[in-house]
Amino acid sequence: MKASAAKHNTGLSAGGAARLWALVLLLLAVFFGSFFLGRYGISPLQLLAMLAEGLQRALSAVVNWAGRPFGFSVERLFAVPVIWTPVMETIVLNIRLPRILMACLVGCCLSTAGACYQGVFQNPMAAPDLLGASTGACFGAALAILYGASSAMITLSAFGFSLLTVLLVFVIGQRAPGQKTVTLILAGIMVSSLFSAGTSYIKLVADPGSKLPEITYWLMGSLSGTRGYEIAFALLPMALGLLPLLCLRWRLNLLTLGEEEARALGVNTALLRLIVVVCSTLITAASVAVSGLIGWVGLVIPHLCRRYIGNDYRRLLPATMLFGAAFLLVVDNISRNLLAVEIPIGILTAFIGAPFFIYLMSQKGGGA
Amino acid sequence: MTPVLSAEDVRFSYGKNEILHGVNFSARQGELIAVLGPNGAGKSTLFRCLLGLLNGYRGSIRIEGREVGAMQPREIAGRVAYIPQTHTHTFHYTVLEMVLMGTTHRVRGLRSPGEAETAAARGALAQMGIAGMERRSFTRLSGGEQQLVLIARALAQGTRLLIMDEPTSSLDYGNQLRVMQRVQALARQGYMILLSSHNPQQALLFADRILALHDGVILADGAPREVITPALLQTLYGIATRLADTEEGRLIVPLLKEDPPCSAGTKI
Repeated sequence: MKASAAKHNTGLSAGGAARLWALVLLLLAVFFGSFFLGRYGISPLQLLAMLAEGLQRALSAVVNWAGRPFGFSVERLFAVPVIWTPVMETIVLNIRLPRILMACLVGCCLSTAGACYQGVFQNPMAAPDLLGASTGACFGAALAILYGASSAMITLSAFGFSLLTVLLVFVIGQRAPGQKTVTLILAGIMVSSLFSAGTSYIKLVADPGSKLPEITYWLMGSLSGTRGYEIAFALLPMALGLLPLLCLRWRLNLLTLGEEEARALGVNTALLRLIVVVCSTLITAASVAVSGLIGWVGLVIPHLCRRYIGNDYRRLLPATMLFGAAFLLVVDNISRNLLAVEIPIGILTAFIGAPFFIYLMSQKGGGA
Repeated sequence: MTPVLSAEDVRFSYGKNEILHGVNFSARQGELIAVLGPNGAGKSTLFRCLLGLLNGYRGSIRIEGREVGAMQPREIAGRVAYIPQTHTHTFHYTVLEMVLMGTTHRVRGLRSPGEAETAAARGALAQMGIAGMERRSFTRLSGGEQQLVLIARALAQGTRLLIMDEPTSSLDYGNQLRVMQRVQALARQGYMILLSSHNPQQALLFADRILALHDGVILADGAPREVITPALLQTLYGIATRLADTEEGRLIVPLLKEDPPCSAGTKI
């Protein structure tokens, strides 16, 4: 123990670092492995070549968009031998790649939001939909579908209503007297039920031949048909939320101690809680807006990671991000390959998540 | 020499219900002060005011010359450390992680604790004689060990003023005395320690000074042997007592011969 203490001077164990690297490798393996799943077969070499081509196109686009700095005109950054067919390129770069990236992003965000909400509310049962971000998004999407909006508008409406719902919850929770974490949760439950009643009403009045199935299917959650622009849309709020959370991860530990202890240790709890809730909401809203309702990930993944790497958010948060991304990607692979018809991913996460959680709970030393 | 901690005419109300009716005292470096008082006397409220956890107190509370109400949580945490009575555990942390949390006020902005903070945490664990526990889970420790870890966390905070809320209330007899010995040793090293206690005997044994708080005012303030009298104990707790001087110190003997019901003024 003494040797390890001398070597690792920030109080983080070496075993934890190795476990984090194991998650990085897992995510990379799942990421690259996912490209080979599907009816259209490709070889590893073709995949690498196409990804390199995709990367180089993206870089060129960025450089050209940035106004060709220093007169630096880019046609090709590096040469990639064309060893694939155009059909293959469409399938890999336009269909599988966006979907794989989106599964990773959504899994990462939902898990991170769950872990953060659990810390802020000192509640191991907290999940990303605690403050109504999901129900708000569902209402927004249902409303947009009812009015026959385009797919981009549905996403935007879901995102907007999701933020609006949480804002409402926050305003009500802050004005109510009493312990803030409790009033926020109560306000979350109330406002959520209000918006789910709204969604139910929209389903009631929606055209059962066209609109109702579309709403129902959206609510089940799916990553099928993910387009590149959706990633571009989701990436900004996701990055805006994930980066501050990653930076504040040490302070999240202190929030789990409770209001008075955290303040006595020098934490501006009101400000920190606000930042964490805003960031967590941002990433939840962006995720739900592009993918629909995907439950369980935000609850189960943080708990698995707590068992795997401990409760210190310095390690827990990166682990949750990596494992959440890998997990949702695996589930999405199952959802698109298990049956001839795609299974909505929201159904699968519950099918996998619930039994797994029951198993965890019944294990010796269960609980957080 | 300016006092480490001074309170002048401190008043605090929850709504219309005034809990503290003008508390005055000041404390110097190296003093171990025990605050005695029945349940509901205002001990916890006073401590929370001193720690800047309750906004809106009236009067003046100064720590190292600066008004508590005008400081940010980070500045207060750099001057006074708080050792709670119990620690609620939503999630389990290791002992080192717990103690490291004491250094948070020194960690700037968005960073996590680095080598200097970890060294401070390890130093605090060594100071409390529990360096070997750093990888153990806090929740798996005994009550006495947990209390030592919480004290170590306060030491890692690097302040000279420690405020303890009934540090021995949940401990067995042996651990109560062992923890109090450690606390007394810290006062001898120059820490100013303010602790609340429900055990006048313990206060008599270990404290340098007693503050007797009753109904939100300080009834008595002075050396334990002068302040703790049967009359005071009768007022505070409604219990008749006799003091017995022995070679090992003064003992408080409760007189339980008659069987009095709760006398008026006693809050349970």
